[in-house]
Amino acid sequence: MGKTLVEKIWDAHVVKRQEGFPDILYIDTHLIHEVTSPQAFDGLRKRGIPVFRPNQTVATADHNVPTLNQHLPIQEELSRYQVDMLTKNCKEFGIELYGLGHPYQGIVHVIGPELGITQPGKTMVCGDSHTSTHGAFGAIAFGIGTSQVEQVFATQCLLQQKPKTMKIEVNGELAKGVGAKDIVLYIISKTTAAGGTGYFVEFAGSAIRSLSMEGRMTVCNMSIEMGARGGLIAPDQTTFDYVHGREFAPKGEDWDKALAYWETLYSDEDAQFDAVLEFDAADIQPMITYGTNPGMGIGISEVIPATVDQPESERPSYRKALDYMGFQDNETLLGHPVDYVFIGSCTNSRIEDLRAVASFVQGKKKAAHVEVWIVPGSKQVEAQAKEEGIDKIFEEAGFMLREPGCSACLGMNEDKIPAGKYCVSTSNRNFEGRQGPNARTMLASPLTAAAAAVSGKIVDVRELLAEYDVVKDNA
Amino acid sequence: MKKFEKLTSSVVPLPIENVDTDQIIPARFLKATTREGFGDNLFRDWRYDSDGQPKADFVMNNPTYSGKILVAGKNFGCGSSREHAAWAIQDYGFDVVISSFFADIFKGNALNNAVLPITVPDEFLEKIFNTTFANPDAELTVNLEAQTVTINATGDSFIFEINPYKKSCLINGYDDIDYILSHTAEIEEFERTRPFSFYR
Repeated sequence: MGKTLVEKIWDAHVVKRQEGFPDILYIDTHLIHEVTSPQAFDGLRKRGIPVFRPNQTVATADHNVPTLNQHLPIQEELSRYQVDMLTKNCKEFGIELYGLGHPYQGIVHVIGPELGITQPGKTMVCGDSHTSTHGAFGAIAFGIGTSQVEQVFATQCLLQQKPKTMKIEVNGELAKGVGAKDIVLYIISKTTAAGGTGYFVEFAGSAIRSLSMEGRMTVCNMSIEMGARGGLIAPDQTTFDYVHGREFAPKGEDWDKALAYWETLYSDEDAQFDAVLEFDAADIQPMITYGTNPGMGIGISEVIPATVDQPESERPSYRKALDYMGFQDNETLLGHPVDYVFIGSCTNSRIEDLRAVASFVQGKKKAAHVEVWIVPGSKQVEAQAKEEGIDKIFEEAGFMLREPGCSACLGMNEDKIPAGKYCVSTSNRNFEGRQGPNARTMLASPLTAAAAAVSGKIVDVRELLAEYDVVKDNA
Repeated sequence: MKKFEKLTSSVVPLPIENVDTDQIIPARFLKATTREGFGDNLFRDWRYDSDGQPKADFVMNNPTYSGKILVAGKNFGCGSSREHAAWAIQDYGFDVVISSFFADIFKGNALNNAVLPITVPDEFLEKIFNTTFANPDAELTVNLEAQTVTINATGDSFIFEINPYKKSCLINGYDDIDYILSHTAEIEEFERTRPFSFYR
């Protein structure tokens, strides 16, 4: 019997398999950031051991950094201390750090791919659940806790049970104005926020194949939001073209060897998945969430499902979510006023996302009452945006282009949405208080977010696109 | 790591589904660089209002309910991988969390911190909630060796699953690093002999 892509990569990384024990799985690349690493470094100190393979570890500061005036010392004391601690730890343990002020600094899941560190066939981990992003390249990539960060520091390995595998196929052509973010929000709305738990998901089908690498990263990024351990997409020419020539990508003869290996990375025809789901791209419209978990999403023209239509045991939680959001059963979100628009996060802060937003807003202005924050995923994305003149387009539209970081996705720094305010956000989580205490988050694509910024309310971006005839993008 | 064998305790019931780790410990409290003290901010925004006053309607502020076992609705611990969620639960004083379904990363984090996550069927979870609401002092007994959780008042018992390796870690207080470090020679051999090595 053939193997799935997950099995091929997993089996190639098993150091030891022993009955009754989880596998000892070798980790090729360990990404770290300031929030989930300090206690792991402390653990090494207590044990008196070094980082086993420091050259397979890369660090950046992203979760806790300000997105304005990054050249100045961090104002907030605890944040400054945590970021300083990362610098100190990286120095002590010999780890490369792309910290504040470095031209490679940025959100950990944005810089890995853009530097060519993320490659097909690798195992990659990070103390961050959105590590699944790197699966877009055909890598096994997943988030871990701090005790496991310490494990990888100490041994370059993790104890892991081999996951079950699920294939999700999306076939057909996407409508104009519908992109990667809508695909993944649609899938999660069907599976629920727990539907993928215990599985590694392989995304396949013509609609997935048609996506750019940026779009594929958006899809894999949110696989954790259906509970999956990770998500991945078999590498193809789109993948190889993206990786080729990047800073840490293999070069010359090494490239040829790597490519020959990468071309073997796909699920065999007769491979068996533990579960298979299929969706039709034609059924997907621009998506938006109305509740407090990412599974609570609807097509923009649909109404909020009624509480009575939920399983009885889940009605109190469902009601609690609608109350928090200030929404009613059967309400449409079209026309609902918006206070903030946040375009950023490891889900949608890449250059392609910024280009899509810029092409849409060019020559328009934001609605007067809406505050719009655009937070690029990295210094490189920021530099590219400036080179292309995208920053000018944003400025003219009244959008504020800030500096790179996780920002209002989790509101760990100063970038918080005020209590009670509605924010259309291109990030990945609409949990209660995620963007700030009592903030109300509606997740959507960059295009839908841009349309909300310009209109001052929730609108169907397809209608605006028809009006303005903007070129379709995959964002 | 602390050892775990057996526990008899009353429970704190939290009959809410999809409790995410942002609720367990909001991001703004993740700035600490040690593992201690997170219990003060466990369920911070459900527990306290914006002025820092306890919200009377939240179960942890209700003196009727107390104990070392937290019982919650399905998909507990979803979302962010922050181990701070497990630290907060442990620091507050819970040794066991029971739900009908756990998110993967949280489950692993809990086990790495001597907090035992026990998955039970929906009907059994319902029985625990009903028993507790009828009598807040009702106790459960968790026996890790036998892998049982028992509602003492009714005698209802359920045999839960746990990976045998993780079970022995909890009973003996071992952690994963000790185990993997004992295989360092095999790790180095793996590195030397793998057919394709990666860059960076």
